[in-house]
Amino acid sequence: MSMNNQGRVTAPKAITSVASESFSGNKALDQATKLIFETGSFNKTGIDFPEPKGIKYRLGGLEQTKNIELPGLSEPETLRHYVRLSQKNYAIDLGVYPLGSCTMKHNPRLNEKVARLPGFSDVHPLQPIGTVQGALELMYELSNWLTKLCNMPAVALTPKAGAHGELCGMMTIRARLDADGNSHKRRVFVPESAHGTNPATAVQCGFFVDELPANDKGCIDMDVLRLKISDLGSDNDIAGIMLTNPNTCGLFESDIIEISELIHTAGGYFYCDGANFNALVGRVRPGDLGVDAMHINLHKTFSTPHGGGGPGSGPTVLSDALKDYAPVPYVVKDKSGRFDLIEDINDISMGRLCAFHGQMGMYTRALSYMMSHGSDGLKQATEDAVLNANYILASLSDLMTLAYPGHCMHEVLFDDTFLENTGVDTLDFAKAMIDEGYHPMTMYFPLVVHGAMLIEPTESESKYELDRFIATMRGLANRAKSGDIKSFKAAPQHSPTKRVDETLAARKPVLRYGS
Amino acid sequence: MRYLPLDNEDRAEMLEVIGVRNVEDLFGCVPKEARLSELIDLPYHQPESEVEKHMTKLSNKSISASSVPFFCGAGAYKHHVPSSVDHLIQRSEFLTAYTPYQPEISQGTLQVLFEFQSQVAILTGMEVANASMYDGSTACAEAVVMAKRVTRKHKAIIAPGLHPHYSLATDTLASSVGVDVCILEQKISSDYKVLDLIDDETACVVVQSPNVFGEIVDLTPIAEKAHLHKALLIAVFTEPVALGLIKSPGEQGADIVVGEGQGIGVGLNFGGPHVGLFACNKKHVRQMPGRICGETIDAAGNRAFVLTLSTREQHIRRDKATSNICTNSGLCCLAFSIHMSLLGGDGLRKLAILNHESASLLATRIDKIKGAKVLNNTFFNEFTVKLDKNAKDVVHSLANKNILGGVPFSRLSKAGPKDILLICATEIVDEHDIESLCKALEEELR
Amino acid sequence: MSVYYTKDHEWIRVSQNVGVIGISSHAATQLGDVVYVELPELGKKLIKGEELAVVESVKAASEVYSPVAGEVLSVNETLEDQPQTVNESPDDGGWFVKISISDLNDLESLMSQDEYSAYCIAS
Repeated sequence: MSMNNQGRVTAPKAITSVASESFSGNKALDQATKLIFETGSFNKTGIDFPEPKGIKYRLGGLEQTKNIELPGLSEPETLRHYVRLSQKNYAIDLGVYPLGSCTMKHNPRLNEKVARLPGFSDVHPLQPIGTVQGALELMYELSNWLTKLCNMPAVALTPKAGAHGELCGMMTIRARLDADGNSHKRRVFVPESAHGTNPATAVQCGFFVDELPANDKGCIDMDVLRLKISDLGSDNDIAGIMLTNPNTCGLFESDIIEISELIHTAGGYFYCDGANFNALVGRVRPGDLGVDAMHINLHKTFSTPHGGGGPGSGPTVLSDALKDYAPVPYVVKDKSGRFDLIEDINDISMGRLCAFHGQMGMYTRALSYMMSHGSDGLKQATEDAVLNANYILASLSDLMTLAYPGHCMHEVLFDDTFLENTGVDTLDFAKAMIDEGYHPMTMYFPLVVHGAMLIEPTESESKYELDRFIATMRGLANRAKSGDIKSFKAAPQHSPTKRVDETLAARKPVLRYGS
Repeated sequence: MRYLPLDNEDRAEMLEVIGVRNVEDLFGCVPKEARLSELIDLPYHQPESEVEKHMTKLSNKSISASSVPFFCGAGAYKHHVPSSVDHLIQRSEFLTAYTPYQPEISQGTLQVLFEFQSQVAILTGMEVANASMYDGSTACAEAVVMAKRVTRKHKAIIAPGLHPHYSLATDTLASSVGVDVCILEQKISSDYKVLDLIDDETACVVVQSPNVFGEIVDLTPIAEKAHLHKALLIAVFTEPVALGLIKSPGEQGADIVVGEGQGIGVGLNFGGPHVGLFACNKKHVRQMPGRICGETIDAAGNRAFVLTLSTREQHIRRDKATSNICTNSGLCCLAFSIHMSLLGGDGLRKLAILNHESASLLATRIDKIKGAKVLNNTFFNEFTVKLDKNAKDVVHSLANKNILGGVPFSRLSKAGPKDILLICATEIVDEHDIESLCKALEEELR
Repeated sequence: MSVYYTKDHEWIRVSQNVGVIGISSHAATQLGDVVYVELPELGKKLIKGEELAVVESVKAASEVYSPVAGEVLSVNETLEDQPQTVNESPDDGGWFVKISISDLNDLESLMSQDEYSAYCIAS
């Protein structure tokens, strides 16, 4: 034979694990990543500019004479830095992200493409109206979809996130109350299961909060509400209610029509927190429930990407009673089909919420999502979201404890009763899910049950993914009950970062480099 | 439907596990009168190609900034954004992640936020910054509300030159929590009348520099007067690139600095999403709104980052929260941070000089036009021109010649003067663009 | 010297007309690792039941109410740098403020140590 000495063993041998720290600080694909402040320098740059001409400054003597100590990186270094960082994140594109109340559904890439079309992404908010007709038409079309899905007459597009939409709705309610000489009406009912934004918003709008307890079914205790309203007599200071529907327990408030009537009879308005509208689209319209104002989280229900925390978008639909009090600006269409932007505040408008016209980049994505689904697909998506949540409910409720009996809507709420006396708590359970390759569900919220675990699968999960997820959850629940608590307490072990010291972070805040 | 993985077989199997006949049964809790039996009257689902075609058609009905000589500023600025920025922000792990509530599997986003906060603090000359707000105007509004909390006083003075939309957004929010917002009449010159109004009742004075007219304001005397009365100076900017060439607000004595970050890394987007920057000094950090990321260690002793000081926020403090805000402008602050990393301090300075030179060349040229007069003593990359004609009409005529020639001041404030035009020239404007604009202006004003 | 408790888990240790106020070890445990304490300004006049301080852990924040009316004489500056003292020594080193009591009758509605222990078990 011709002797070739380049041969190597290519099948792995059985290995005994050798745990040694790497010299590089890397662990294979998990690359150690320094701060840009530790690798860059202010006199390095990744962008080429032409040389300045040396024209005399007209800065009134206020020019910066010192070096600006911002680190710069070349382009390859920049790419590496951010690609390495990206690999330390969990993402929907990677796996199930069952954060209850957050609606982590698939983000279609078509939407990214259309949002970048120059007629939307590369137009200035103050260009002459005649040069932005396409952008205005898109906003008008989006408004049409949103108002039809809600059966509401108007929508204020500008709010820049869900909480901003809450401000929009509650300030509009306040403007209407004040216009009617009802400035003494400042009491807002908020259920104890509400998102923290609801009471925060009410207070930010000058209202005070009257908390409503839940009944044993997880919905508003109607006896309490009836009593609170009938008790008032001539001291009626009711401004309205802020109610999430389906609520944060994943349940439809079945007395919602009576609630709405009670509030309206008391001269108040019904604000619906639309964070969970994805459970209703195409099947239930808020306008048919007596809602006066509701924000729609385009980043939840209509799938604009969450982007690690934003930007969101919170268009707010308004009833006939409120629509004239909406903030500026808004789009109108004249008889000739030309679009215009109303930017000046009239006497009764609640004002202006932000500098320009809201989140155009989110409008394009949301409209693209809605057109792709159509009225038929949106309804199917709602049904699949509810079906997926109930499938998880049915597959886990023998091992985990359901907070409230019966079916759920788009998300299912468990409490920590099943972990009683195991030594494992909700946090441990969540961290163990990380080792299994899942993002944990929402935990310790809502506050109405102990050790809450709120799971929202969304319609984007296939049955295959759900079955794997269910098997994992069952495995973890059984392990906890078997008394094997060590692996829970040590979890997560496989993540690039282990459990972090939040106490240290809060006691000795280090909020920037070099502080 | 391409986005829905379940098929009818799956659905049937799942219904059986759940123990119901059909999906209708799962909606049994909805009152009958509220259940829809028919589809809503909207178009049916469409393939990608059709949606894209429709969107492209709409897009083509607008004139984009890159396609014509472009001179609009007044709160949103056209700069060149390096290609790698958009590439990186579209990575799945950044794009499709939620708020980093689970730090063990969110260190990517968290480190970006920490670096972003550090960059903003350095840029503004302040000790700390948060992880961003919706935009500059809402950051400004929140700053005024914060000043009320810090000083326990109720009067906010809005100095002339604050972008009129910022004034309105601030008034809308701050008035509703009981701040007495006192908005001074707009004027271009910084004559410091505002100094006489600061008294012991004053919680804060809000000053924009460069202001909406482009004029650069010396903040130091205002800071001194404010501090004499235990009031805070809130410094505002709408163009972050300006801080590459102008002394930072922190060095001039500002207590809170807020601004729009769009000019670095984020496109015009017809006004949003943009990214609000918010910085202050450490002693006030517990009154700061918005998310904050901090450094700590993990169980293995390694450096790690985590959202911190959350007790200020709505999900814990509920009705006593500093603000109801619960998102930041995540992906936009990522874009800002990447662009800033590519620039570096020297790169930012160079970019700023190029902007200033573009505007200087344009101002010099415009001053030679009969019927047009530049009103500024100082400016960075935008300035104010008084025209012999209605500015709105002139801008419309320019648009008909495919030139986006600036923003009439009356667009921002109906009551404002009609003959004032705000013009901006960034580094993307070349000599050819300047000539096109000036020739067209000469024709209009003839 | 005697110690009184409130239903909101504050204690006040009284000597003549001066009281030292803190939170009970039961409350400190419930709160978790204390990371920050916001203390009042010296000389602040308080009515009974008014918010006196805010105590924060990583995931919770609670208002501390004054058990009596009075004026703040001094605050525990140790807590600024070492808020963990509230966990380590809630009944002693983790005190919040010293207050001059304007009306000793305010103490009558408060609980004794034994009453408070019974109250905690019951609730």
